[in-house]
Parts: sequence; C-alpha cells; structure tokens
Amino acid sequence: MNDFFAAVHTAVTTVENNPILNISIFAAFVAVTLFIVIRASRNNKTAADYYAAGRSFTGPQNGFAISGDYLSAASFLGITGAIAINGYDGFLYSIGFLVAWLVALLLVAELMRNTGKFTMADVLSFRLKQGPVRMAAAITTLAVCFFYLLAQMAGAGGLVSLLLGINDRIGQSIVVGVVGILMIIYVLIGGMKGTTWVQIVKAFLLIGGAIVMTIWVLAINGFSLNTLLESAVAASVTDPQDAILGPGLQYGKNPWDFISLAIALVLGTAGLPHVLMRFYTVPTAKEARRSVVWAIWLIGIFYLLTLVLGYGAASLVGPETILASPGGVNSAAPLLAFALGGPFLLGFISAVAFATILAVVAGLTITAAASFAHDIYANVIKKGNVPPDGEVKVARRTVIVIGVLAIIGGIGVQGQNIAFLVALAFAVAASANLPTILYSLYWRKFRTRGAVWSMYGGLAAAIILILLSPVFWGTETSVFKNVGVAIWPLNNPGILSIPIGFFLGWLGSVVGGTHENKTLAAEMDVRSLSGYGAEKATEH
Amino acid sequence: MSEPFTETAPPGGVDYLAEEATPRFQELKRKHRSFVFPMSIAFLVWYFAYVLLSSFAPEFMAQRVWGDITLGLLLGLGQFVTTFGITMWYVWYANHTLDPISADIRADLERQEADA
Repeated sequence: MNDFFAAVHTAVTTVENNPILNISIFAAFVAVTLFIVIRASRNNKTAADYYAAGRSFTGPQNGFAISGDYLSAASFLGITGAIAINGYDGFLYSIGFLVAWLVALLLVAELMRNTGKFTMADVLSFRLKQGPVRMAAAITTLAVCFFYLLAQMAGAGGLVSLLLGINDRIGQSIVVGVVGILMIIYVLIGGMKGTTWVQIVKAFLLIGGAIVMTIWVLAINGFSLNTLLESAVAASVTDPQDAILGPGLQYGKNPWDFISLAIALVLGTAGLPHVLMRFYTVPTAKEARRSVVWAIWLIGIFYLLTLVLGYGAASLVGPETILASPGGVNSAAPLLAFALGGPFLLGFISAVAFATILAVVAGLTITAAASFAHDIYANVIKKGNVPPDGEVKVARRTVIVIGVLAIIGGIGVQGQNIAFLVALAFAVAASANLPTILYSLYWRKFRTRGAVWSMYGGLAAAIILILLSPVFWGTETSVFKNVGVAIWPLNNPGILSIPIGFFLGWLGSVVGGTHENKTLAAEMDVRSLSGYGAEKATEH
Repeated sequence: MSEPFTETAPPGGVDYLAEEATPRFQELKRKHRSFVFPMSIAFLVWYFAYVLLSSFAPEFMAQRVWGDITLGLLLGLGQFVTTFGITMWYVWYANHTLDPISADIRADLERQEADA
C-alpha cells in the first residue's frame, strides 16, 4: 500500500508538472473540432441554418449534443469529487439532474418543437402579446445564460490551476481569454451546426473516457460494487468510516437547503434556454422526442459511471490526497485518471474537461445571441421588418459582444466563490421560465399579464433571495465575509421563488384585463399536438 | 390582431377553431394529457419522497441491505430504473397511441391547405 500512496503523491505533483502533454491533447481536440466547424459552416446562410443548424440533425445526434451541452465540468469534476469526499450525498445530487429530463420529455420537448422556430420566446409569445412577452422571455433567457456562462468561465480558470499548474492570476486570465476566443470563433464560423458538432465530439470523448475509467475501477474491485464500496469505506476519513454510504455528510446540516436545490434542479432543466433551443435543430417533434430519449440514456449512464468513479477515487486516491491537491474536490476525477492510466490518461481527461467547458460556453453563447437578435432586435425593436440576412448579422455581432463580456467577467470573478451561479441559473429557469412554458402549453385561460408577471416576478424573486442569502451575508464563505445577517436562510431560492413564479402566472391571468385571441389559442393547441405547420428542415 | 405576427404565420385556410372542436382532436388531447399528467405527478412524488427520506430519515436510508449496499443507494438506483422505464413507456405509448392520430390530423390539415 505504501508504494501506492507514494505513486499518488507523485501524481499530485505531476498534475502540476506535466502541462505539455495536457496542452497537446487539448490542442488536438481544438484542431479536430475546428476542422469540423469550418466544414459545417459552408451552409450557414439563413437564420434557420445559423440558429437551428437547418433543423437537419437526427434524434441520436441531437441526444449526444444535448448531453454534451448538459454534462458541464461541474457535473463531471464536481459530482465525481462530491461522491469521492461525501459519498452518498454526491450521488443524491446527481439524481436530480437526470430525473429532471422527464419533465422535458413528457411535458415540454415535442410541443415546443411543434410551435416554435428558434427560441423559447417564440412559443411563449405564440398566442399572447408579442412585444411584452417576447421581451420578458428574452430577458430571462439572457439572465440564465449569463449566470451559467460566468460560472463556466470562472471554472475554466480554476481548472487551469489544477491541470496545467498555472496558479498566477495573469496565466489564468490568459487561459480564460483563450477559451473565450476559441468559443467566439466556433460560434461565429460554425453557428449552431458547428456548436452542435463540438458538443457531439465532446460527449463521445467524455462518456468514452468515463466508461474506460469505470471498467478499470471495477476490474480492480473484481467487478463487484460491494467490494468497491468496502474499499472506499476502508480509505474513508469520516467518523464513522461508513458514513459515506448514507446521507448527511454534505446536506445533513441544513436539509431544507438541499430540498430547495432539488426542486430547482428538477423543474429548472426543462426551462434552460440552451436546452430548449436544441429541440429546434431536429426536423420533427418525433426526432425531438428521440433526442430526449437518447439524452436521458446518455446522461443517466454517465451519472451511474460517476458513482463508480467517485467511490473509485475515494478508494484509489483517498479523500485526504484529493482535498490536499491544488484543485480540491474537483481534482478527484483527474487524480483517479492518473492513478489508473498515468500521465496519458490524465492528459486525456484534462483535455476532455477543457473541451467540456468550451462546448458548454459555445451552446450558451449561441442561445443568448439568438435570443437577442431574434427576439429583442428583430421582433421587439424592428417589429419583424428586417432584411433576410439582417438578423443573422446582428446575431454574429452579439456573439462577439457576449464573448468579450464572458472573458472580462471570467477574469473578473477569478478567485471568487461563484459556485452558487449554476444553482442560481437553474432556480431562475424554474421560477421564471417553466411556469410560463407550462401555462402557455396547457392552460387556455393563461394571459399576457400572467406571463409577464410570472417571468419578471420569478426572475426577481430568485435573484433577490440569493442577494439576501448566506451566499452574500454572514458566513465564512459569503461574498461579504462575516458581515451582516442573511435574511433568507437558505443558499438556494427555489423553494420560495418557484411557487412565486407559478402563483404570479395564475394571479396575473385571473385578475382580468384583455382577452387573448381565441383563434390563436386554438391554432397553438392544434399545432402543438399535431405538428401541423411546424418548421421543416431546410433543403440544401 | 394588431400585433405584428412575424412567426410561423398560419399556412393557408385552416379553421383551427373547427379542428380543435373535432372529436378526433379532443381524443388526441385527452390521450396525451391522461398519460403525461399522472406520469409527471408520479415521478415527482417518487423523486421527492426519495429526497425527503434522504434528508429526514438518514438512519433509515443508511441501513445495509446486503454487504455495504445501503437502502438509500438501492432507492437511488431505483430512480435511474424508473426514469429509464418511464422514458421507454412514454415512447411506446406515443408511437402506438399518439402518433397515428396526430399524423392523421396533420395529413388532413395539409390536404385542406392544398385545397384552399
């Protein structure tokens, strides 16, 4: 055993000392995906090509892209690390991310595909007043994308210190800049088609790498889950050692906080604008259904793999070594890769982690750009009077603006504890987007006022509660350290902000006001279920 | 309609109010909702039951069922099984029950549009 721990200690130092291999594997990924992006860019003429990849992807391809978009670095590094350190509670966290897809499959995906064109706002404003509803939907879309994007860019900086041994601010800022510029190039040249291919390639690499490591870990443990758990317990430093097998290590202190997070995860996924936009890249509602089915299998299998990887890292690397390494909890997966396959597997997994950030930020950027150009510019400001290529031109400029903002933001928040931003993005998606999506698809009496109240109210509730929470006030890890008292006691706003979003949507619709257009409501009803008149794939 | 309607303008002379009132469309709507609503409530109840048990009955969930496999781990894996199961059930139901009716309605409406 001593030899083994010696090897692991070498790993911790080698993680910092072997950046050239890591960088060259990542450079190979960039070269391959850039080649695909440039090839894919040949047919990027119309808005449908640029935003929705000509609606030409198949269900399985889109399923891979959805998983590539959804399995962020937080999922891969964060959940593996959480299971390695806290055992069961990390696993509990991962389940919400999977179950959430049933909301998308059963209630949202196909009906959205049938009634929309490019963005979430297309569906929400279908039978309500275009101007106010589209504006509100675009603002919540931009808010979710911005929170998520900032979290990913800051994560890129953290990942660099872990994988390349770059610990100084300037070095990390340069890497954030490189990630941002690559993202701008991908999205600018490749549009949705290029972005989708980056996500597909990344999903293959990520799931492939996780499968190899899982089989390896299981082989060491005689292909028995029980043996794996036994060795994880033996290496555990908790008191009692087998605490990692049951709940409580991570969320035991304040169970309501986890419940609030769980509600936001389950209801937020189907309201994430970059996920919704992926449904428009396939030709029919049936393909949208197939893509969600593929995504559910891929994402579910991936989280099952992280269970093995997490306990594997606990037993093969050990929680003390993980916590002592530069990246802390997030280094569990890379350290496990090193313990199993040496520098090459470590380099591969590190490159995949980078590719993950790149693919996720590209998806967010094209969603935000589409929402600004299509909803705010073309439909609200210009009232639909834009030349055929005008919208895409604005979208491309927006991509550059968002990319630059993301780089500045990502550099600005270096070293800040911004882990709450991903949870906040889910909370906003669940509080501001999902109520209006469900009401407008399923509730005939839903009105413009309800939609606007629900979207702005849900957004404001989630943000205000976060600003009043321990994330900002009163604790050791707060933004304002040990200053003031948190008025809202939980780190997650969902448990209150989601009911507020649903309540305001109902209230705004029943208090009276203008009647909505009955013909449009009937049209939405018929088209959402039958698929008649849905946007078709473009021919080239 | 005073609002500019730039999106997905109705393609031709289809009377949506009449189509919505047909028994065939009402049947499609009923069959869709009678599957997705109860199923959504069921999986949400099951998921939150699991989350609440993990939060407020940790000893119960930490019980060992076999070796180091705890009840909580088995129920968690059960969430994966039910998610995959509901997914396959819905696909089967949609392919066999919903798709034929919606394809029928779609074909009829496309014919109406061509005649208009």
